[in-house]
Parts: sequence; C-alpha cells; structure tokens
Amino acid sequence: MKKNPLLLTIACVSTIFSTSLHGQITITQETAPGGAKPVLVNLSGISGEAAQVIQFDLYVQGFAFTNADAAQYLISGSNNGNLQARVSDRFNKSTVVAKAYSGASLRRQAHVFVDDFVQAIGRKGIAQTKIAFKGKTGKGSEIFLADFDGFSAVGVTKDGNLVAAPSMISGELAMYYVSYKLNHADIFYQNLTSGSRKIFARYGGSNLSPAVSPDGRKVAMILSKDGWAELYVCDADGSDLVRLTKSKEDESSPCWSPDGKWICFATKQSNQRRTLCKIPSSGGSPQPISTGGVPSPTEPDWSPDGKWIAFTAQFGKSFQIYVVPAAGGAGTSLVEGEDPSWAPNSRTLAFARRNGGSGDYVLSLLDVPTKQYKDVSRLSGSNSQSQPSWAR
Amino acid sequence: MKFIKLTHLLVLALALTVAGSGCKKGPQKTTPLPSGYAGKVPSEPGSGDPLGSSGKTDGSGVESGKLPGDPTAQGKPGHDGWAENAETFKANTVHFAFDSSVLRSSDASNVRSVADHLKSNSAQAVRVEGHCDERGTEEYNRSLGERRALAIREELIKLGISGDRVDTISYGKDRPADSGHSDAAHEKNRRGEFILLSPPAA
Repeated sequence: MKKNPLLLTIACVSTIFSTSLHGQITITQETAPGGAKPVLVNLSGISGEAAQVIQFDLYVQGFAFTNADAAQYLISGSNNGNLQARVSDRFNKSTVVAKAYSGASLRRQAHVFVDDFVQAIGRKGIAQTKIAFKGKTGKGSEIFLADFDGFSAVGVTKDGNLVAAPSMISGELAMYYVSYKLNHADIFYQNLTSGSRKIFARYGGSNLSPAVSPDGRKVAMILSKDGWAELYVCDADGSDLVRLTKSKEDESSPCWSPDGKWICFATKQSNQRRTLCKIPSSGGSPQPISTGGVPSPTEPDWSPDGKWIAFTAQFGKSFQIYVVPAAGGAGTSLVEGEDPSWAPNSRTLAFARRNGGSGDYVLSLLDVPTKQYKDVSRLSGSNSQSQPSWAR
Repeated sequence: MKFIKLTHLLVLALALTVAGSGCKKGPQKTTPLPSGYAGKVPSEPGSGDPLGSSGKTDGSGVESGKLPGDPTAQGKPGHDGWAENAETFKANTVHFAFDSSVLRSSDASNVRSVADHLKSNSAQAVRVEGHCDERGTEEYNRSLGERRALAIREELIKLGISGDRVDTISYGKDRPADSGHSDAAHEKNRRGEFILLSPPAA
C-alpha cells in the first residue's frame, strides 16, 4: 500500500514550519555505509596546487565537483601568492566561508581553507592531520610521517632494518612501532619532536602490533614471551603488564574502543575460523564480534565516534575493506584494500591497496559514506607504503 | 528515492525561512598559519647502544611462572651478540600449510636433526624464524609467523632441548624465500628457518 506522497509532503512541510519557529532543526540522514550521495560543490577562480589540494581534500570527505548550477556549494577565489576563498551555499543563499589566508605555504593555506569550510557546515576537519606509515626502502623498511594526503613525508626511523605497525599517540607527535633493529622484534616508543626514543617492550619472543589507548595511558600489544602469541596490555611507561588472552590460537592486531573500555582484536575460534573479538581492557572474557559471515576478518580499527569497526576481510587472494557496527552485525564491503585506519572525522579511512600483483602497496583514502577513494601522494624512493596509522 | 527528493524539498523550505542570516560580503580576517612540522630522525647509532630502555620492559626481573599446561616461557631476549650461522640448518627448513602453524609429520626429521645437533653441542642455541606468504595481511601474518616459530620451539622442547636455548622471531611476510607470486613461491615462503647461535668468543 503506497503512502500518498502529497499527504506526506504536506505533513512534513507543516512539521518544518512549526519547528522552525522554535529554532533550527538539523536534518540528518543515517545512511548505510557506502549508501550516501556526495555533497556537490563547484570550484572556480582557484587554480594550480591550491585547486588540487581543495579537490583532493574534499573528495575524500565525501564531496564531488560538478557544474555551478548543480552544486550546493560554490567555492570561488584566487591564489595569486596567497589564497583568498569564499564558499557560498546556493541552496540556503548564504555565505559559508569568506577568508584571506597568509603564511606557511599555499598548500597549507588550502588545507586550512578546506577545514574552515567543512567545519562551517558542522563537520570535523581533517585537512591538517597526519598519517604515520611503513615505507619499504631498498631491502628493508622505515617508519614515516606525512600529511594525510601523503605530502611532506619525513622519516621517523633511519635504521636500515625492518619496521612494522606504527601507532600514533592521540594528540601528540609521538608513536610506538615495531623495529627489528636489535635483531629482534621489539616495540619502541619515539617522540617525534625531540627524535629521542626508547625500547618499550623487549621481552623474549616477539613483541608485536602495539596499539596505544585513545587517552594515551595504556598500550596493547601481542607478546609471545609466555609461549603463545597473546594479547597483553600495560601502562604507557611499561609497568603493570597484564595478560588478557589465554588461547592456543594466535591473537593479532589489537585496537581500542574510543572510550578505552574495550580492546578489539583478531583471533581464531576453536573451529579454526577467524573472527574478531573484543575483551574488556581491564580483563575478562573475550566476546566474538559478528561480521555477518564475512570471512577472515583481521586488522580491525574502531571509529572515533564509537559506532563502527573497520577491518580487512579476505576472499581467497583478494582483500576487502569492510565496516561493521561496533556491536557486530552485517558487514558492508567498501573497497579492495587492507589495514584500515580511521580519520578523526569517523568517515574517512586510510588503507593500503595492493599495487597490481607485485606485493607492493599504495596508501589510499576512502570516504565510507560515499565509497569515494583516492590514492595519496606516493613516497619517492620507496616502492611500497602500508600500515597507515592516522594521528587522531 | 521519493523520500530523498522530499528531504531536498524540506531543506529548501527551511532555507527560505532562514534566508539572509550571516551574509557578509568581501574577504574577512587573515588567518596566519603555523609553520610546517619538521620531524627529527633519531641520530645514527654510535658504538654503544643509544637506545635507552625504560628498564621495566626488557624482561629482566620479570617472573615467568609456569602454570600447568602452559608452554615454556621465553623470559628475556637471550643470545644478544652471539654469532649467527644460517647455513648449518639450511636444509632443515620446515614448511607449513596455508594459514596453519601445525607441524607436519613430514618435517619431524628436520626438527629432530636440529635437536640432535643441539644435544651434541651444549653451548649452542638456536633461533627459529617464522615466515608467511604474501596472501595475508601484515599484522595477521606477523602473528602467524610467530605461531609457526613457537610450534617448532614446542617440538624442540618436547625432544629434550631446554627452552632457554630456543629463541623465536617472526618476520611475517617481510622476508620471502621466493619473491615470486606463484603458488610454488608461496609454499616456499610459509616456513620456519633455524639460525644456529654460538656464544661470542671470550
């Protein structure tokens, strides 16, 4: 039985007019991941690198560029030396942003402008954030930190050995990572401002997959010192080590819930099927998180707003980025790729994409609601970049 | 679909009722920007160990109490500075099925040879290196490689070698034996290798 659309319109419009007397209402649409249409924008007057930055930054946040008569937001301005930019909302007939920028570089001005725009329409900005990652260099690999679009990468390590699994500490230019520099798989802590670092975990066996808690006070990791590859957690200074899991199966890739109460990780059930689990970070029984039958879930990451867990699913030789509601449920496939890391806006994901059949990776950014994705700028001198950790 | 169009209508209706708010012409304030981040790479190592340890997490002083049924713990990383020989046990490399850390009976003699050598050379030790093929994600493979090394270690212990003579390390898929992408290459890469460790010359 079809609802009468006219009646529905009248009912909704009358609701609008009545509530508008009491103030603004926010029309939000809870869409399934991948089910949203991009917000349409048009860009004019701005060219060159500033335009490239604006186009990239907005695309990976779920905007798409179109003609001026189809766009909701019109971005106009100039970039002779410095950026001047204005955004007007064609639907609401209002000016959203109108600013002149100076200082730093044109590139950075454009990033700040994009942040100003998205923040003016109620979103969290990500255009000035950074991503840590592993880059293959010659025979080994090093840790790097770059702008979220891959530009301005700086080396964090220069050890000529192997590294893995950087984990940025929230709100700090500091991180944990695995390095094989001491002929062993050890976890290091490094302060990026001073360049100083120290050994964080160097137990017997392998010390793997560090994951710092959102409040920076604890670190989860996989240690094999007690004979099995298990999940442990300790304080940020290394004290108070607690073993959380006790199973014959290998646990891997822990991540934290944003409130710090849970650790989600990959493991195997007793029937050898791989699964995601979560366990109270203070200890307790692990609980499986259903992914709705999606096979071989690994490398989970919990969105900062607490709602979603992104992970890698494996189908034979192919890998897919999926998201599932944090409580478990039906997984939604998003894009071919691995090892997702959420941006602070809980909608953009950094991930690694296999580059053909070579076994090498490129880093890419995905907007979960619209499924739009674009590769970041590649690191010169390195044929593979992977394992992104978005600095939140 | 109709609902989505309706929403656009509603937005328009709302917009018309709040038109004209906050409308200023011309560029506004200038926003100075912070200078770029200049990360510092840690200095090149000199002759000493430049890396400070927090002192709490290098395994020293850590009790590794054994619970019944627990596999033997590894305590702290042993054998730093010991001479390494990758050739001695090259022929003893153990291989694994996809996504498995189960030692196959066909490899039993390989492991036994290593155990026999260690029994005859009581001063020596061994490091077991676990590896994976590329058909897995990076951290999953790192953990799987460790599980493979641990499985081999358990077997050596069962054969009478003391646990403190057997170290494990996982390289995940970072060090393939065969950089090809065929099934044959994958099979060669799913492996455990033995590195003979000899005490440093006094």
